[in-house]
Amino acid sequence: MKVEELYQEIILDHYRSKHHSGLREPYEAEVHHVNPTCGDEVSLRVHLVGDTVSDVSYESVGCSISQASTSVMTDLVIGHDVAYGLGLYEEFLTMMQGKGQIEPNEERLEDGIAFAGVAKFPARVKCALIGWSAFKDAVIRAQSASS
Amino acid sequence: MSVDGGPEYPATTDLTEAPTGSLALAEEPIAFDVDAIRADFPILERTVGGWPLIYLDSANSSQKPRVVVEAVEDHYLNHNANVARAMHALGAEATEAFEGARAQLAQFIGARRSEEVVFTKNASEALNLCAYTLGASLRPGDEIVISVMEHHSNIVPWQLLAQRTGAVLRWFDVTEEGRLNLDKAIAEGLVNERTKIISVAYVSNVLGTINPISKIAALGHAVGATVVVDASQAVPQLAVNMAALGADLVAFTGHKMVGPTGIGVLWGRYELLAALPPFLGGGEMIEIVTMEGSSYAPPPHRFEAGTPPIAQAVGLAAAAQYLTAIGMDQITAHERDITAYALEGLRSLRGLRVLGPDQPVDRGGAVSFTLTTPDGERVHPHDVSHLLDSRGIAVRAGHHCARPLHERFGVQSSTRASFYLYTTRAEIDALIEALAHTSAFFGGLR
Repeated sequence: MKVEELYQEIILDHYRSKHHSGLREPYEAEVHHVNPTCGDEVSLRVHLVGDTVSDVSYESVGCSISQASTSVMTDLVIGHDVAYGLGLYEEFLTMMQGKGQIEPNEERLEDGIAFAGVAKFPARVKCALIGWSAFKDAVIRAQSASS
Repeated sequence: MSVDGGPEYPATTDLTEAPTGSLALAEEPIAFDVDAIRADFPILERTVGGWPLIYLDSANSSQKPRVVVEAVEDHYLNHNANVARAMHALGAEATEAFEGARAQLAQFIGARRSEEVVFTKNASEALNLCAYTLGASLRPGDEIVISVMEHHSNIVPWQLLAQRTGAVLRWFDVTEEGRLNLDKAIAEGLVNERTKIISVAYVSNVLGTINPISKIAALGHAVGATVVVDASQAVPQLAVNMAALGADLVAFTGHKMVGPTGIGVLWGRYELLAALPPFLGGGEMIEIVTMEGSSYAPPPHRFEAGTPPIAQAVGLAAAAQYLTAIGMDQITAHERDITAYALEGLRSLRGLRVLGPDQPVDRGGAVSFTLTTPDGERVHPHDVSHLLDSRGIAVRAGHHCARPLHERFGVQSSTRASFYLYTTRAEIDALIEALAHTSAFFGGLR
């Protein structure tokens, strides 16, 4: 696979102008995730209203893949049910662990399918997952804080 | 360079009477020929994604010449047994090979005697050994001094030690150019009567800076401190003479000096090693064991519990012999030449910032940098290395196990190209061209 196929325009666009970037109030949980092998870091907040993900805000340093993936994730989960967001997480995770063999569902993952090619590069899979993992972690903490 | 004939040196050697200069091979130095050297490294002939491999990650791990691999193979196929406890012929051969490797390493690094060479599994274990054994006599309020340019393996063991003992961890700062800031340290009294241990890198794995070890050792010894040196990046590229260096304990690793993985070395002044308590307990490191207590073997075996890395020691001795045959001075000169050439090329790239000395003075062959596109976009090192990898160029991206140093320079991570005896100017040209391509690619000019 050529490197140009990995760095699709969608990924570079999200990287250059990240959606929902910056840390905002209010929020019920904030998490800090790092990738110790490369030093990529993300601080991420989740604001829930009932069962709805009302906001996901974040500050991150990292490569184009990690930044773009986090940006895409916020587009996909904000305004939806928590269960829907966690379901997307599982679907994205399955795609990333599929070594490029899994056909993603474009209806659900939208811009997220641009990362299907990243799954062919084992060293970059962690990059694509860091923001998603932080989202899942933050949602679980927010829910346990409210219950 | 087969070890068929067994080791050339007796297991126990007093090297103080040895003549100076290259001893491993009684040959005249041959002219440095990078093409001939490359022919010794089969891996350099392979391709990556259809591109010829350009391996610029030797500070991470060097490639291996055929003689090293064959020495390991020969040992396993013809001489393999455990050392120091098997009473049969193969046991004697393996012991001779292992102790012979120790003697060769001792000569390679200019140790006074072979018992000053302790084999460990890597440099990290050697540094942990130092922290553990020196720590036995630390008291709360004692001070340990390291530097902000250390690899994590020369930071974390000392942090753990400070936590265990109540000692205070302090560190040398660096100048903007990436040199140890000795003036600031002296003005602040960093090294003082409370200082018990100083541990610093000989050559920075990020900045490439060569630190003035003799000066630092003199500072430490003036207050009675023990001076530890992480020479992991130094021994592969500089002729190091332990007897002359001035340090008390020096750690380095095999796999960065064309040797195998799984083996490192701790060199120590014999009197100091003899005064240190054991590190790991087990077989090999004892004298007499009773259920009530044990007495311990003298150095180096006191610090080598369990079956040691035997075949790796044989491979490492072959590596030392290989480097000696080429000549460490010639390797240093080549490294300096290639580094100067690379720095010149990197300086020509717009938006490229070298971390550390950008002139080839008192620096080794590792160059770390950040890259910003013409439209002001900082290209993340992961993306840089991925683009380079797509052209067969291997570099390292990240914080290179030196996060505090990156923080000191206000960057999250960097890309590092590092060179060795087999690196060519043509490979540097390819690197510079690929970096220009990377800058255009992420700058929206593709």
